[in-house]
Amino acid sequence: MRTPKSIYLFFLPGLLLYSVFFLYPTVSALFYSFTNWDGFSDAFQFIGIDNYQRAFTADSIFRKTIGNNLKFMFVVVIFQTIVALAFALIMLKNTKTTIFLRALYFFPTILSSVSVAFIWAFIYDPSLGILNRGLSTIGLDFLAQNWLGNANIAIYSLAITQVWFHAGQMLIIFVAGLQAIPQEMYEVAKIEGASKWQTFRQVTWPLLAPSATIVVAYTTIQSFKAFDLVFAMTGGGPNYSTEIIATYIYSVAFEGYQFGYASAISVIFMIIIAFITFLQFKALRSDRVSY
Amino acid sequence: MLFRKFSLIVYALLILIPLLVVMLTSVKTLQETFANPLGFPEGGIKFDNYIAIFQEQTMAGYFLNSTIVTLFSVTLTLLFASMIAYGITRLNSWIGNILFILFTLGMMVPAQVIMVPLYSLMLDFGLTNSLVGLILVNISSTLPIAVFILTGFMKTLPKELFEASTIDGAGNWQMYTKIAIPLSLPSLSATAIFLFVMHWNDLLYPLLFITDNAYKTLPLALLEFQGQYSTNYPMLFTGVIIASAPMVIAYVFLQRFFVAGMTAGAVKG
Repeated sequence: MRTPKSIYLFFLPGLLLYSVFFLYPTVSALFYSFTNWDGFSDAFQFIGIDNYQRAFTADSIFRKTIGNNLKFMFVVVIFQTIVALAFALIMLKNTKTTIFLRALYFFPTILSSVSVAFIWAFIYDPSLGILNRGLSTIGLDFLAQNWLGNANIAIYSLAITQVWFHAGQMLIIFVAGLQAIPQEMYEVAKIEGASKWQTFRQVTWPLLAPSATIVVAYTTIQSFKAFDLVFAMTGGGPNYSTEIIATYIYSVAFEGYQFGYASAISVIFMIIIAFITFLQFKALRSDRVSY
Repeated sequence: MLFRKFSLIVYALLILIPLLVVMLTSVKTLQETFANPLGFPEGGIKFDNYIAIFQEQTMAGYFLNSTIVTLFSVTLTLLFASMIAYGITRLNSWIGNILFILFTLGMMVPAQVIMVPLYSLMLDFGLTNSLVGLILVNISSTLPIAVFILTGFMKTLPKELFEASTIDGAGNWQMYTKIAIPLSLPSLSATAIFLFVMHWNDLLYPLLFITDNAYKTLPLALLEFQGQYSTNYPMLFTGVIIASAPMVIAYVFLQRFFVAGMTAGAVKG
């Protein structure tokens, strides 16, 4: 059966917008990455791979940025996955309490990054904040910190905020994955006298692996894209200690007016994300658990 | 068992205490906050900050801008994405597959990657400081994920439905509005909620394209309050509550849909 030609009209509005505001800028990012364009003047030169060379060899801030991004990523991925999985495991059954609690834990996800940034700026505030006051109440004054002002720990403070922000969302993905495991599998394990750990190792984990992959991949990408939160909480400071690739692109382009160089960093960023997404797609394809 | 309960309560408190503090702080004065940041306001609950923020800021304007941008972005993304999903489903050929890949490729490119060229494009088009500009960019940035989710759903609809109505002489537009859309409502509503949260909360695009107060959306306005009010948390939190109110109210009533929508976005995005 042939579909009438009018079908192509259905692509028209979307494709038009997508080409102008997405495909074209993506291609031109690549183009500008080989130039020394400042973003405003009409004239610029092609400088070959100079921008890329600079990023990898001469720019110590960019190197620091990648390091920060990795620190942020590791803390977020590890904490968020463990928290989400542990809580998903104890809240597996649908009862009134678990449904309410899941909704509560999920709640921060619907807030804007700016709101979350303000809430946590207050929590971390060296003098007013809940955190330092709480620590001094329980006699742990010596742990009190300038959580966002100390260059050694600021990036970790941000990572904890990110976990608070999104762990509830990952928890729901785990619950969905775990609930898709047939109950009979557990009964068989019980009859065979498997211990709790054996049941987890032999039944739960293999069937959980697909959702774990999704959570880890998604969290990884999210932690690279955490522009809003970082921008609103620390703006990359103090002394670039919380600058991640996304915020660095912004500052190179819009504060340093080096559009060409910012484009080169964008292309590197795109390659990193594409690689992680590719792994995620691969994991999804082998995913036989349905939600 | 006791440890489980204890952990559940601790996590619940980790969410509840900050939210409670935000609400309490918004009904305190700055002096009360400095004197006692976590307790109840000594002089009783006052809504002065709410009145002040509406007087000092063009709050109603920001709210309206956010509402306009979000409504148009969500509706048009859903319309265009569902049309594309329908097209891909019906074409069912290599052209359809290529278009599907072309759109989903967009999911791999974060908004931050194209912000530099997009900025100069918007400048050239005269679309900075314009709600229309913001809406157009919003649509193209969420189109990929919406196409991905909706195509996945529409492909599961039985082909026979479409074939039967072709024989009955129904055109594509009729089949799209009378069959594809009504049957895709569950998927459309989940996608809609995901898009609502994304667009309502978006900071990056307004930050890049809007400098004029008349066109600022809530997240951008909120960010700039930080510059004005510095550590005047009562005012900042009043702003937070006003900016979050629509999402929170919707969440309370449509919880189940929110969870479904936001997780679909995560799994597929």
